[in-house]
Amino acid sequence: MSERIEGAARAGVHPVVAMVARRLAIGFVTLFMVSLIIFFGVELLPGDFAAAVLGKSGTPETVAALRGRLGLDLPAHIRYLHWLGGMLQGDLGTSLSGDIRIADVLGGRLFNTFFLAAYAAVIAVPLAVSLGIVAALYRNSVLDRAINISTLGAISFPEFFVAYVLVLVFAIQLGWFPSFSQVSLDTPLGERLYVCLLPAVTLTMVTTAHMMRMTRAAIINVLSTPYIEMARLKGIAPWRVIVQHALPNALAPIINVIAVNIAYLIVGVVLVEVVFVYPGLGQLLVDSVSKRDLPVVQVASMIFAATYILLNLLADVLSIVSNPRLLHPR
Amino acid sequence: MMDDSRARGGLLLEIRGLKIEARTSEGAWNEIVHGVDLDLHRGEILGLIGESGAGKSTIGLAAMGFAREGCRIAGGSIRFDGTDLATASEAVKRHLRGARIAYVAQSAAAAFNPAHRLIDQYAEGPIRHGVKSKAEAYADAKALYARMQLPTPNEIGFRYPHQVSGGQLQRAMTAMAMACRPDLIIFDEPTTALDVTTQIEVLASIKDIVRQFQTAAIYITHDLAVVAQMADRIKVLQYGREVEEAPAATMMASPREAYTRSLWAVRHMEKPLAPPPALDPVLSVQHVTAAYGQGVTVLDDVSVDLHRGRTVAVVGESGSGKSTLARVIAGLLPPGQGHVLIDGGPLSPTLAGRTREDRQRIQMIYQMADTALNPRQKIRDIIGRPMQFYLGLDRAAVTAKVGEMLEMIELPKAFADRYPGELSGGQKQRIGIARALAAEPEVVICDEVTSALDQLVAEGILKLLMRLQAEMKLSYLFITHELATVKAIADDVVVMRHGKVVDSGTKADVLFPPRKDYTRTLLNSVPEMDTRWLDRLLAAR
Repeated sequence: MSERIEGAARAGVHPVVAMVARRLAIGFVTLFMVSLIIFFGVELLPGDFAAAVLGKSGTPETVAALRGRLGLDLPAHIRYLHWLGGMLQGDLGTSLSGDIRIADVLGGRLFNTFFLAAYAAVIAVPLAVSLGIVAALYRNSVLDRAINISTLGAISFPEFFVAYVLVLVFAIQLGWFPSFSQVSLDTPLGERLYVCLLPAVTLTMVTTAHMMRMTRAAIINVLSTPYIEMARLKGIAPWRVIVQHALPNALAPIINVIAVNIAYLIVGVVLVEVVFVYPGLGQLLVDSVSKRDLPVVQVASMIFAATYILLNLLADVLSIVSNPRLLHPR
Repeated sequence: MMDDSRARGGLLLEIRGLKIEARTSEGAWNEIVHGVDLDLHRGEILGLIGESGAGKSTIGLAAMGFAREGCRIAGGSIRFDGTDLATASEAVKRHLRGARIAYVAQSAAAAFNPAHRLIDQYAEGPIRHGVKSKAEAYADAKALYARMQLPTPNEIGFRYPHQVSGGQLQRAMTAMAMACRPDLIIFDEPTTALDVTTQIEVLASIKDIVRQFQTAAIYITHDLAVVAQMADRIKVLQYGREVEEAPAATMMASPREAYTRSLWAVRHMEKPLAPPPALDPVLSVQHVTAAYGQGVTVLDDVSVDLHRGRTVAVVGESGSGKSTLARVIAGLLPPGQGHVLIDGGPLSPTLAGRTREDRQRIQMIYQMADTALNPRQKIRDIIGRPMQFYLGLDRAAVTAKVGEMLEMIELPKAFADRYPGELSGGQKQRIGIARALAAEPEVVICDEVTSALDQLVAEGILKLLMRLQAEMKLSYLFITHELATVKAIADDVVVMRHGKVVDSGTKADVLFPPRKDYTRTLLNSVPEMDTRWLDRLLAAR
């Protein structure tokens, strides 16, 4: 890795640019492998869409006719190539149920999912990092323990349980928020923020502990280094030692954990969506699986995979940009 | 000289009955500094000298009212210009640190924050203490960088620590300590990690700037010759107690205490016996060229002959390729060109290509005995394993032989059941020697084996190695950067620089007098036990 970076530096390309290009290429290869696994994995699922749609009224002839019309009678590898070719051209294909273009179904759902994830992240990430900094600053104190216990407590409950408790208290007993987070594309931003607050808080509670503890541990790990002692001996205030001297050197692990948690906020929120009847991607995926609507399942899975790959790539790039040794080679 | 410094100013720092405790692994408090007194006047430099464990760094930090994690100031007073730092609040101490008392650490590479530019780390102190604005601090930094003889003083501050060499970093750190023009600077072994030729430049610029600003200093080191150049007065410490204190010139000329004299004596070690003649090369490195990856060449056409029963010292500064040479001989790095011969026969370039007998013939002793011994193995297993592996001894034979080995390296037999963590640094290095010799090798590669040890301990290790060489007809390839060690133990000398052999031959031919300019520079750079050595050297330029 470092040799490659040195090689790139000699070739006149900034090492970070070379690194990003390399990671992007690897990301595409990974995504291609994932597409293979998703397509043929879904193929292995038992059941048949045509038979499921026509139900008991379907005769073998009508089932075969429907399969022919949908292209389900072609061999799997041909259908894979069609599907992949379409994806590369931006055509996500057609939903089997109702003949709707998947892009149309997906658009709104995707936006809703990203909106909720961003909403939760905007609350959770600053909260977790600040709590981590405070816990590191007052390590082993009562405050540190209180932060640890409360965040760990929050993560220990299943997320649907947290969601139902929030609904019980804030929607039913206090009546401050709606218990359903129903939004459509033309819901104004203010109302959107209002109706989505409970799911966003739920997600915050289940992700904060992980990021907080990594922030605390990464900072404390740096605190024993000579340059932290030097900062103290320069008479720098304790909180400034943490924020200005320790945090910049602890960023890489923190960024990685944040990336994994944001990915989780996008792909792992099915249960929360179900509780709040929120029209997100997770709901769509669950519905499509139960309807055997395989093209939608495949596209949704590809989006989830791409999310993970891109966020990890972003985390790697940010870790490198935060490290002057790599950003400013000798 | 003492009266001179008194005349310069009043008492700046007065430490009385300082006691410092460290927490043991069981949680109890154990006293490590037992009531030390210390006086320092304005503009005066006090040298604190002693071996590791003497408490000199701990006392130096206590002069800032600071105790490391797991330590505490347990008694006594530390009066700095009227304030008792032993009892002052954190806020008061923070106000003084950096502003009126500054610190220069041993390893500047580790003590500069890797995430920030040098000049921002310089400016941080003056800005936070409200002494200067950012623009003033930047301008001041450039002026001091120039004064410290740093190259391109207007630009160097905008680099990150990893972009600057070790000697330059150490000077930048001294400049940083000066940023608020403190009354007192604690120098904690500031040149210990540097090469000799770099050390001179750093010593000269430290001395110059301290004089310029009339700053008082506590200069901590284990190197007598260095402290002789820097200090007005010298205080010798051992096990957290003062041994003696005197003006530098008096101390160098006539140390009173036996312990101080023993420190002085280490520098005059001589090899006891004449070596066998150089007739029988046991190891021969022929025209070896080596590089890491596709990177720069680290070894360029290097040839070294090691004759049976003799010691060849490979000497050079960091980056000279001497450790890479050891890796090539050990088979850890296959050379690009050239060969390594043992007893006249070729040796496979890779470790995988070598037979067990080949490997047995060459053993290695490492610099850091701490990390070279597996902390979870008992000494019995560390020394016993090569006996089983190379010699095929059974359990009973191994047990008997481990006992013999321990006796040979002058350690009690009972040590067989201990773990490395229970041993001192010098004892661990003895175990490292025993492990290498347990394989009954012909050639032993010693890679900076005494560099991490105190002088008295190092002397013991060198004497042991010489005795074992005479008893077992061993041949040593001794890698070091210390010329005093070379003079003490070498029969033949190879001087390396930038991956090339500068000169090689018998010790007398290469060193007395030096044949090559670089060898002369190296020899001249080793500080001498004379308080005027540095000034004379600088004046002669």
